[in-house]
Amino acid sequence: MSTPSVILMLFACAAISSAKETEIYDLGPPVPKSGAPLKPHEQVDELVFARLAELKLKPANLCNDAVFVRRAFLAIIGTLPTAEEARGFIAAKQADKRAQLIEILLQRPEFTDFWAMKLGDIMRVKAEFPIKLWPNAVQAYHRFIHTSVRENKPLLLFARQLLLANGSNFREGEVNFYRAMQDRTPRGIAATVALTFMGERADKWPKKKLDAMAGFFAQVAYKSTAEWKEEIVFFDPTADKDGLTKNAIFPDGNAVKIKTGLEDPRIIFADWMLRPENPFFCKNYANRIWSWLMGRGIVHEPDDFRADNPPSNPALLAFLEKEFAASKCDMRHLFRVILNSQVFQLSSIPAQDTPEAVANFAHYPLRRLEAEVLIDALNQITGTREEYSSPIPEPFTFIPENVRGIALADGSITSSFLELFGRPPRDTGHELERNLSTSPSQRLHMLNSSHVLNKVKQCPLVTAATNSDDAAQLADKIYHTVLSRPPSAQELATLKAHVAATYAGGSSLAADLVWALVNQPEFIFNH
Amino acid sequence: MNMSFISSRDVANDVARIAERLGGAPFSRREALRRAVYGSAGLLLMEPFGIQAAPRAASIAKEGKAKSVIQIWLWGGPCHIDTFDPKPEAGREYSGALDAPIETNVSGIRIGQLLPELAKIADKYSLIRSMTHGNNGHETASYLVQTGRASERDVFPGLGAVVSYFKGYDAGYKGLIPPYVVLTEPQGRFSEAGFLGPRYKPFATGGDPARTPFAVEGIVTPDITEEHQKERRKLMSSLNTLGGALPGNATLKTVLESEQQAYELILGDAGKLFDLGQEKDEMRDRYGRNTFGQSCLMARRLVEKGVPYITINYKGWDTHKQHFQIMNRKLPELDQGLAALLTDLYDKGLLESTIVFCTGEFGRTPKVANESPWNGGRHHFGACFASLLAGGGFRGGQVLGKSNATGEEVAERPVYPADVIGSIYGQLGIPADAPLPHPQGTPTFVVPGKDEQVKMGGLLKELI
Repeated sequence: MSTPSVILMLFACAAISSAKETEIYDLGPPVPKSGAPLKPHEQVDELVFARLAELKLKPANLCNDAVFVRRAFLAIIGTLPTAEEARGFIAAKQADKRAQLIEILLQRPEFTDFWAMKLGDIMRVKAEFPIKLWPNAVQAYHRFIHTSVRENKPLLLFARQLLLANGSNFREGEVNFYRAMQDRTPRGIAATVALTFMGERADKWPKKKLDAMAGFFAQVAYKSTAEWKEEIVFFDPTADKDGLTKNAIFPDGNAVKIKTGLEDPRIIFADWMLRPENPFFCKNYANRIWSWLMGRGIVHEPDDFRADNPPSNPALLAFLEKEFAASKCDMRHLFRVILNSQVFQLSSIPAQDTPEAVANFAHYPLRRLEAEVLIDALNQITGTREEYSSPIPEPFTFIPENVRGIALADGSITSSFLELFGRPPRDTGHELERNLSTSPSQRLHMLNSSHVLNKVKQCPLVTAATNSDDAAQLADKIYHTVLSRPPSAQELATLKAHVAATYAGGSSLAADLVWALVNQPEFIFNH
Repeated sequence: MNMSFISSRDVANDVARIAERLGGAPFSRREALRRAVYGSAGLLLMEPFGIQAAPRAASIAKEGKAKSVIQIWLWGGPCHIDTFDPKPEAGREYSGALDAPIETNVSGIRIGQLLPELAKIADKYSLIRSMTHGNNGHETASYLVQTGRASERDVFPGLGAVVSYFKGYDAGYKGLIPPYVVLTEPQGRFSEAGFLGPRYKPFATGGDPARTPFAVEGIVTPDITEEHQKERRKLMSSLNTLGGALPGNATLKTVLESEQQAYELILGDAGKLFDLGQEKDEMRDRYGRNTFGQSCLMARRLVEKGVPYITINYKGWDTHKQHFQIMNRKLPELDQGLAALLTDLYDKGLLESTIVFCTGEFGRTPKVANESPWNGGRHHFGACFASLLAGGGFRGGQVLGKSNATGEEVAERPVYPADVIGSIYGQLGIPADAPLPHPQGTPTFVVPGKDEQVKMGGLLKELI
């Protein structure tokens, strides 16, 4: 690189920390609403801002439309907006366009794929070791979850169907809830139910408590059929060899009498747990949903509820729980409440970067894209596809190439990219199985793997670029496609310096820029 | 703070980061790790069992005789009686066409007739002919042989991940090449790192070492010049607008650190290790100019750089059909590559400190399946099989254990996967009671305790 362009670049770097750049991401301070009655999403704002004021913390600015459209797509449907979608939204003039976009996204087919994927993590949808559902049952289980999300089945009903499932694992998808666990003893089942539906880790309970809860699951039995890998889950009063049922006690400490042989104890448990006024289920899922959208639970981790892990904002959690329970646990309803709040729409540029500000949602966190979302985004930008297959059982399973990462049903069907970027193994159902940290090998892969470089090479923006293209126009297209926003003046100046130094033009310039942008933290993180 | 799922290392990183941000007295990540393990959560988990919280991994492993392990994984299950435990006396019903085993340079030991090079150096390795676990499914058997555990409740880490845990970055390993490397593809049947988490997963090279250049995924890119790499890097750095808006952000700092490390491999000297062109042609020929042979050569280069664990994932041993045709093709390749590796390590004085462990997940049915549709195939066989073990303090020229006349049963001294794995740890200086960070806080050690009810025949004292 020649000396003048180095100077030009340094100048560009220096300019970056000027006031201008907040304009690339921020709109202005949030506007607290007052005057009754507040709408539910305004109540969220009030509760969060009140807590911040109490802690003498300032909220970040609101994010601008370009940041919002990208964040909303990635957080709600796990999908990058196309250049047209981003441009269209940024240009739109309606005052309520953010609320409109949220509504549209909640109805998109990718919404179902993405949330079936998230629920699939918790429900452990996986064919192979150590869950060993096997492929037929994985399809049935995934279909059950997928359909439930698509139809917006109230989560109360969804959980009830899983808890009370009986029948063939091939025919009744929900039956696989009882098969998708490594430990199928009554205690093992109870521990899985506690984690899945109460967000509590039974390994932190006193042994007595788990034994007492195991009483509700001591009459769950399994039998195989003549069909390969088919299994029937059924209610069998004789299965309780250790006499656990007669000592059954609810996790809240209340005892119960169960008439052995006459009633399935699981029904008694489900009746107890799935009442709106029961704090365990609704509170846990209200918190999980908040955590899924905001990147952090009010109780953190969202599946580690216990007395010594209190919520960072109890009033907020109580409000969300009430709102969620009143809707019979309507997932989309709670999504709307959270997404329309100003809190969800705060910038990632913090007013103060302290752990307290993070725990109290003073700004939107940087969230690394999920492995599946990241590969789908790369494929969307570059017009390429992935090949997914499974070697088990023979004959091998091949997934059609147009299937996206977020739509993969089976946790066993994976790729080295998905593994590298922390796709959960779905062994335990813990939320932390999904690893969103960054590592040098991930960086190496994005910067220099043949996998990513070949994609960049095939990108239509690269192959279609010609030497007569105007660099600024080319940059505008590439920026909208990759980062969902127009380039800034500084960025254009930087690009100009690169052109001057390398004589890159047309395809080679486009390839350099696509590569440089997919390697930006701004791309790899939802911000 | 919770510790029940994430590794204590993640917690340590968080603790260190949070402490840094709070502006408190800075303490190292390692100190943070100690605090995480001994801290409130650790005590909470450990107290009910009345035992001390686990000490940190780094200080546990001592200097061992062995510094590195090369695991040659014969994926699919090689036939024990065609390789390391021939049974010509059982008749052709068993041996098929391979009924003329050859004597080795150690009197009394003979091996399969397609392994003449290995036959010349039997003093350099030992054979275990009484391997057993009894499982005939690929995935469960792979899990058994690589973890030594049968547990289905928790996913235990494989041998390589455990070594990486005790001998890798947490133990002061400083190399830029990750401490656990797989040539060339990961196994994919179970998560090698198990409950240790992704930090201990292997780095899979991808590419093919038999081709020039060996395009190690992410490190070697044939069609981008160094100059171009540098220009691109400049462009990328100067377009980091979000980074400019978030000065001091801890997440972005780790991204930058990762990037720095990545570029040391891409543009620095570290990546040159993968350039097999630096070896003499004669040396490359000795190993065999095929993927397996060149992987063995690559493994030796990695050992020279101090990489503690290398797996060569050698596929194609699942021979239900066309078994003998495939053996005629594959065994000479195995013979040449493995013999060259052992000889080369020995010549360079590295065999003393390098364990070579060659095994599949099981053997194959000693009785040939001649009926249709197999027409001369062999099926999965976990009841009795054979493994090869060399170097790193293990004696050579020995045969441990014995199978019966047909190779269908263990006759003497059963050896279970946990015996071999535990012995390898021992040679590496990882004590049998070194604790693993079990996700539920259950006291768990590298060699299974009695309460785990893992079948063991005893550590391999005979070979030490």
